[in-house]
Amino acid sequence: MKYRNPLANAHGLGPAKSGLRHWWTQRLTAVVLALLTPFVVYCLAKYGVSDYAQIKSLFAQPLFSGLSALYVLALFWHAQLGLQVVVEDYVHSPGLEIALQVAIKIVYSLASAVALFAIVRLALSA
Amino acid sequence: MSANKRPLSPHLQVYNPQITSVMSILHRMTGVVLALGSLGLLWVLASLSMGPEAFSATKSCLDGVSGRLAVFAFSLCLMYHLFNGVRHLFWDAGKGYDPATVTRTGLLVLALTVLSTTGLWVLATSNGGAL
Repeated sequence: MKYRNPLANAHGLGPAKSGLRHWWTQRLTAVVLALLTPFVVYCLAKYGVSDYAQIKSLFAQPLFSGLSALYVLALFWHAQLGLQVVVEDYVHSPGLEIALQVAIKIVYSLASAVALFAIVRLALSA
Repeated sequence: MSANKRPLSPHLQVYNPQITSVMSILHRMTGVVLALGSLGLLWVLASLSMGPEAFSATKSCLDGVSGRLAVFAFSLCLMYHLFNGVRHLFWDAGKGYDPATVTRTGLLVLALTVLSTTGLWVLATSNGGAL
């Protein structure tokens, strides 16, 4: 799917080079999170105190595991995009800013990988 | 005269707090809290996949006073960021910009935050305690 007017390509990218992509991805993940968060917090409030086997059996349902995977991916992606902007806006020392940006990207990529692994493991062993 | 002695344009502290500015900065602050707190959610998920012992250890950490306070703060931030985020999406679609509407939707977000957080914890405690 292309979201940009061809004129943008004809003129070359904007001054920020990739500004729209960041903006658009933040909104797209926001929509996913807004739709799924009520379901996630309901599950946490309802099943948070349930016994281990009961919680685990939820992950045996493909739809539950799939939605959980979608949720953690959208969550960590959105978190990374948001923290990136906060660091861009408030951290003005160049060395520290680059170190933070790299650290944020690594931490949230790792978080996504670990979360997906945990969900797959739960789904397959349930 | 050196360049840094030139007058600056009015900065944040010369303005009285308004519902627009306060809610805007709260959106950022709750966003940062949630981004860091999402790693806590990962910890719950990872321990769940590691087996009953690991999961009950996580649960007992979250069951203490500080654990419960952290989960409560997380839920409050989450509800605020969720409802205010929807408000932002409407703005992105070009809707709801006139000052009266901005104030009204701001108050609505604050009311929904309090109501939903309360409702969530009533549901959780009626189940015998959250997490």
